[in-house]
Amino acid sequence: MVESGWVRVGLRLTTWLILGFLYLPLIILGIMAFNESRFMAWPPPGFTLGWFGEALDNPAIPRAFVNSIVAALAAVAIALVLGTLAAMAVQRFAFFGRNSINFLVVLPIALPGVITGIALSTTFQTFGIEFSLMTIIIGHATFCVVIAYNNVVARLRRLPRSPEEASADLGADTWITFRRITMPGMRTALLSGALLAFALSFDEVIVTLFTAGAGTQTIPIWILSAMQRPTQLPVVNVVALVLVLISVIPVYIAQRISGGEAAGARV
Amino acid sequence: MTTGAPANASATGPSRARRVATWLHGRPRTQLRLLLAAPLLWLVLVYLGSLAILLLNAFWTSDPFTGKVNPFDWSLDAFVQIFNNEVYRTIAIRTVGMATLVTATDALLAFPIAYYMARVASPRVRGLLVVAVLMPLWASYLVKVFAWRTILQGNGFLSWVLTPFGIAGPGTDEIANSWLVFSYLWLPYMILPIYAGLERVPRSLLEASADLGARARTTFRRVVLPLVFPALVAGSIFTFSLTLGDYIVPDLVSDAKFIGNVIYDNSSLGDFPVAAAYSMLPIIIVVAYLVVARRLGAFESL
Amino acid sequence: MKRLRFPTLLIVAGLFVAACGTAGPSGMLQQLGEGEGELDLVIWAGYAEDGSAFPDFDWVTPFEEETGCIVNSTPMADSAAGVQLLRSGEYDGGSFSGNATDRLMAAGDVQPVNVELLPNYANVFEGLKLQAHNSLDGVPYGVPHGRGPNLLMWNTDEVDAQTTWDGIWENAADYEGQLSIFDSQDFIADAALHLMATQEDLGITNPYQLTQEQFDAAIALLEEQFTHGPQFWSGATFTEQITAFAAGDVTIGTTWQYQVNSLLAEGAPVEAIKPAEGTTGWSDTWMVASEAAHPNCMYMWMNHMMSAEANGQATVYFGEAPTSQEACDYAETIAPGHCEQTHATDEPYWEDIWYWSTAREDCGDEDDSTTCVEFDAWVEAWTTLRGG
Repeated sequence: MVESGWVRVGLRLTTWLILGFLYLPLIILGIMAFNESRFMAWPPPGFTLGWFGEALDNPAIPRAFVNSIVAALAAVAIALVLGTLAAMAVQRFAFFGRNSINFLVVLPIALPGVITGIALSTTFQTFGIEFSLMTIIIGHATFCVVIAYNNVVARLRRLPRSPEEASADLGADTWITFRRITMPGMRTALLSGALLAFALSFDEVIVTLFTAGAGTQTIPIWILSAMQRPTQLPVVNVVALVLVLISVIPVYIAQRISGGEAAGARV
Repeated sequence: MTTGAPANASATGPSRARRVATWLHGRPRTQLRLLLAAPLLWLVLVYLGSLAILLLNAFWTSDPFTGKVNPFDWSLDAFVQIFNNEVYRTIAIRTVGMATLVTATDALLAFPIAYYMARVASPRVRGLLVVAVLMPLWASYLVKVFAWRTILQGNGFLSWVLTPFGIAGPGTDEIANSWLVFSYLWLPYMILPIYAGLERVPRSLLEASADLGARARTTFRRVVLPLVFPALVAGSIFTFSLTLGDYIVPDLVSDAKFIGNVIYDNSSLGDFPVAAAYSMLPIIIVVAYLVVARRLGAFESL
Repeated sequence: MKRLRFPTLLIVAGLFVAACGTAGPSGMLQQLGEGEGELDLVIWAGYAEDGSAFPDFDWVTPFEEETGCIVNSTPMADSAAGVQLLRSGEYDGGSFSGNATDRLMAAGDVQPVNVELLPNYANVFEGLKLQAHNSLDGVPYGVPHGRGPNLLMWNTDEVDAQTTWDGIWENAADYEGQLSIFDSQDFIADAALHLMATQEDLGITNPYQLTQEQFDAAIALLEEQFTHGPQFWSGATFTEQITAFAAGDVTIGTTWQYQVNSLLAEGAPVEAIKPAEGTTGWSDTWMVASEAAHPNCMYMWMNHMMSAEANGQATVYFGEAPTSQEACDYAETIAPGHCEQTHATDEPYWEDIWYWSTAREDCGDEDDSTTCVEFDAWVEAWTTLRGG
């Protein structure tokens, strides 16, 4: 189906409009980071770099940043392991309840965060588990499993089994085959899954709110608490802008990894 | 072909790893059990177990003065309260309606751009477009919502744009704001699966359709759409479920209450059994949605 | 299936833990030991400032330096939310209003305070000690932080000067879509309070203890008000009220002195009063959680918050009345006239201010025949109002 010229023009126009829509708040955000008014007045009465200085002075921000990174890394690691194990089980074996695994794995991300959050929080309190970075990680890992799982399942579906069989024929045991044949084949799937899961964990707020202790703040929690303090609004904008700019890096990496693969990672 | 001993054999025989591998080789069910043990333990025990504990609270009572839950004080009071009070139904209908509206909106918005990316754009442009669509996903959710708030508020950007035309800005208490912001937030989640789905449609199929005499519109309706439909459903899982449970967006850009607000408010104010009982509603809705989605093939397109 | 039995066992075990884990009233601290290095507080926003908002207002950093207790604080949206936060077991204590303290004391979530260990307690105004909202059976359960009224605020450019609450009730239609209302079931008491003045035949004597008929009248008043599209703010979102007033989105509503001060500091044209009918208000107390993990730090904090400097700064910052003469004197040095403006020693001023307290089924009085609408119903009524 060769699209007619008009259709192509129409599509290109629509694409630009939608991109504009997607980026409008981010552009406003960028402008607001320099807005002189403490209460986000529009149009900006003046511009200043002062908020950047305030952000640098604030010790809570780097602490929250580190917490977010550590939590995301740990959650992603756990999710990768659990997701890969489950994916291999589903792809390589036929067993009772196989179809339910798909379902079970996607549930934590499909159910509202407030329910997952309250459920986990109640459970932790019931068993006297103290809220800390660990409880945050548990929450995040749970809904990140599906991302690793989906990526690995999709990849395993496409990987031919013959190299593995050949490897076994040549005398390699299960571990060697896995390490030398299967893993390299999955590597890019794991990486793109890891990147998307990292983004999800880094940005998560609702489940985190329920599983974080009083003293542990991740960046989204810091943002939420700062948004509630009247004088911190401009600093929030600064932090947000910096985060958006930094995030170009992982997105670029994701694109390079996936190369020609459709849409990079599978959500 | 040489048949020497495998590299990891020691002088006294095969290594332990190899012995375990050999032992496992003949026992596929044990392999399966080992693979499934950790994920199942986590998901069933930690996750489903937590949900079960939460839902148990729905069948207990709480002290009307102190707000403390009375565990094992079995009663259906929470459910009675929810069924008797019309407001819970109103809120549920409002939330499901919003989720459906947002899904439809995002599908409509996502399709043109996904189609352009998949079938019209050159490979270089396509790569750039994918990055462009992914980038907003990385911007903090809270910040995006907050940015919309500053755009929509009384003296915000939108007001400033509309005032010369004599139209007032929406302010921060319109329910339409929620529709706008939800559609905005989840749009990339809809674009990506549709794009992936459209990319997978083989050109040969479309050419064959044209050869058989179908016009572009017919080909689109009878060939492309059915093939992409599972991807669309996959994307809709996110737009629907994420809207269904959110309480932060309604709080920040509108004053209307949604399902998430009721659950959050009741749990934070101490009427925990009501929060737990009401939680069953979105759980049932989402599970039903997932069942239908799976039937429609969405899980393969996720 | 074998695999299912273990999880079930675990869940049942957990339930037993939950059932047995409820805290009874614990004994109080007998001796003050070393600081534990950390302190987790539930607060009203603005009650634990560390200088990041305004460098001049910082009573946390000196405390941290002196005691080594690092302070983590979480603000509460309203009293009921604060109760739930404390109950989570993650906090050592917090600043609570009367409608939280009564529930916390009744449920055993807080422990009695050994005032012998708090040297600064001697300075506190006698009128604030051993009150119904901060003591039980003659035993103190907390130390006062400050008290204040809920105020009526309006934009002087858009709205004429007000003297009563009529602006948000009878005259709400004049300010369609521009009302700013406190988002909590506690606000039902404000409706009842207005009815005390305008519908005397209802016989309301206490805006928190209402018969069904009185309660229904208050709800009806609120329903009328809601038809004029009010916007809402809470203890967690009071910045929204500030930005909304500054942006002109709202022009009249209920507020705390904190928001008034913030807006005036930004040069916004606002004014606030305690209207003629009187108003609801709050008297806040620092309390210690029964299961506090860091009780020594908590005691040190309570003593610190009764010191002249800390209490003076805190009450000037928030705009509430200080709790001791020493704090008053210190407040005079940073904000001359503060004590007088907040009526710290002017008891008649507080006579028509109804401190937040919780609705009880027995009306909290000695008369067995009276029945009042209980707190649970307040929560549900507010949900119904807001969700419709």
